[in-house]
Amino acid sequence: MALQEFAPAAALLGLSVLVALLVVMLSRLLGPHRPTSRKQAPYESGMKPIGQAVRRMPVKFYLVAVLFIIFDIEVIFFLPWAVVFRDLGVYGLIIMGVFLFILTVGFIYEWKKGALEWE
Amino acid sequence: MFQVPTIADLNLGLTLPALSLALGACVLLLLDLFVPRERKEITAWLAMAGIAVSFVLNLAGFNESGTAFLGTFAADQFTGFLNIVILITAFLGVLLSLDYLKRAKIERGEYYVLLLLSAAGMMFMSSANDLIVVFIALELLSIPLYIMATFRAPDLKSEESGMKYFILGAFAGAFFVYGAALVYGATGTTNLPEIFAAVNGIIAAGGSQMFLLLMGTGLILVGLGFKVAVVPFHMWTPDVYEGAPTPVTAFMSVGAKAGGFAGLLRIMVVALPVFVLKDGQTAAAWQQTFWLVAAATLILGNIVAIAQTNVKRMLAYSSIAHAGYIMMAVAAAGTAGVANEATRAALLYLMAYMFTNLGAFGIALAIEKDDGSDTGVDNFIGLAKSKPALAAMMTVFMLSLTGIPLTGGFVGKWFVFKSALDAGLVPLAIIGVLTSVISAFYYVRIIVNMYLKDGEGDPAAGATRYVNWAIYVAFAGTLLMGIFPWIATNLSDTVVLAVEMFVR
Repeated sequence: MALQEFAPAAALLGLSVLVALLVVMLSRLLGPHRPTSRKQAPYESGMKPIGQAVRRMPVKFYLVAVLFIIFDIEVIFFLPWAVVFRDLGVYGLIIMGVFLFILTVGFIYEWKKGALEWE
Repeated sequence: MFQVPTIADLNLGLTLPALSLALGACVLLLLDLFVPRERKEITAWLAMAGIAVSFVLNLAGFNESGTAFLGTFAADQFTGFLNIVILITAFLGVLLSLDYLKRAKIERGEYYVLLLLSAAGMMFMSSANDLIVVFIALELLSIPLYIMATFRAPDLKSEESGMKYFILGAFAGAFFVYGAALVYGATGTTNLPEIFAAVNGIIAAGGSQMFLLLMGTGLILVGLGFKVAVVPFHMWTPDVYEGAPTPVTAFMSVGAKAGGFAGLLRIMVVALPVFVLKDGQTAAAWQQTFWLVAAATLILGNIVAIAQTNVKRMLAYSSIAHAGYIMMAVAAAGTAGVANEATRAALLYLMAYMFTNLGAFGIALAIEKDDGSDTGVDNFIGLAKSKPALAAMMTVFMLSLTGIPLTGGFVGKWFVFKSALDAGLVPLAIIGVLTSVISAFYYVRIIVNMYLKDGEGDPAAGATRYVNWAIYVAFAGTLLMGIFPWIATNLSDTVVLAVEMFVR
């Protein structure tokens, strides 16, 4: 029944696998091949792949990440609302106001508590 | 196209009790910023004022019923009754916390905000009419509890308690969502009354979706069963109850149960009374499972409680056992025609359990030392000499937990056993009576310790003014429910949850 509806998705999947294989094979066949030990490292010009998995990090970054999530989610909710704002009208405005109110309460709280200060 | 509703369509009037409490929590969070550190009891009084406002609104709207938020929120007498239980729990929870937090040097304004938020979650749970709302309410009631459990933070036990509760609670939440998804897959809707209608269609068509539906029901039982701590999803309870600060334990032992059972009853009775004909009786397809869970909970909770030497752990196992009695009522609700009676029994049991358990935890809190030690059963030795009033009240609480007449516990048990018998669950009722007898062993042991054993007697330094008030209220409630049960039954008799309409 509904399996046919997935045909485009399946075609896309097949195509992307094909293209990926093609690109890798072509660069292998056509490109020059002069390996050095540095070139063969997993990240040619980046971090060292071998070392301690657990590293110390300032916990402040965690706080920033959490605060970021709040505003990230705010934007994610605001964008679709802005797109259909005209259709939703006053109702949408009030609902969004409620959402913003809750968010603002959290924002004022974190501000007053000093979570926004780095030192 | 999607019809944009208006604000009037939301029927906000019906949601006022829960809404006002949630709003109160937000306002309290802001007000607390301006309360100086050494005067945090102001925050507590404001929190109690918020609870009182919500309570008045709830009583005023007790007899109004209808749906709000476009059918996802139901307000009826079931909601009203449970909200009374939840709000009294929250109020007494704040009273118990006031001096305790100061003694333990963990006084922070956020505590009361979290307590209000959790109570708001429980209230949303009691009126959830949609699987998604049940889930959101479940999270809203749980997440503040995780934080409150760790409130004694540098204390290792408290940290362990919160961490354990958090991880297992998140896991249980996932189970619930999976179950809700399967139910949605089978019926195509998350709205409880619509699920009910769809289920009728599935049965009439001899549906193949029945399997999905039963899987979903089972997973929902896992998710909510964890919250209310029934066997086999009870393992977290003793550790969490022991490690959490005592007023938090008191609050969550009653509140989380009220919330969890509210969700369970609503989903099972309103949405999924999948009645099938069995042995000439129409009973829900899930009744057998609930029967087993209730029986296992009763037996394990009551027997393991005997071995406990810490009173908080003992009360934790006792709370598991009491979840079993309420579960018995939920199982009884699976028999056609008994659903409303069983729902009322569960509600009455919750109310009796609330008064009794808050009182018992209040006295455990009074005996506890500032560093959280001395909560052993042996610390009750000689209490009748040092604090005769406390000992007398503890005796009543213990008798009520056992289910002795003239106490609230007896009234609760009476109605639960009666509904089980009416539902034809005779073996389950017998198990209930036998395990009640077993439970007398560990409850009476505390009475024996207080009156018959020689000892110094604890000075009960924690029995400060507000703690005493809370214990008096709990004591009065326990006795009032026991001696004048009709005060509560008149209220609960108005509760009609089930639509008595079933198919073969």
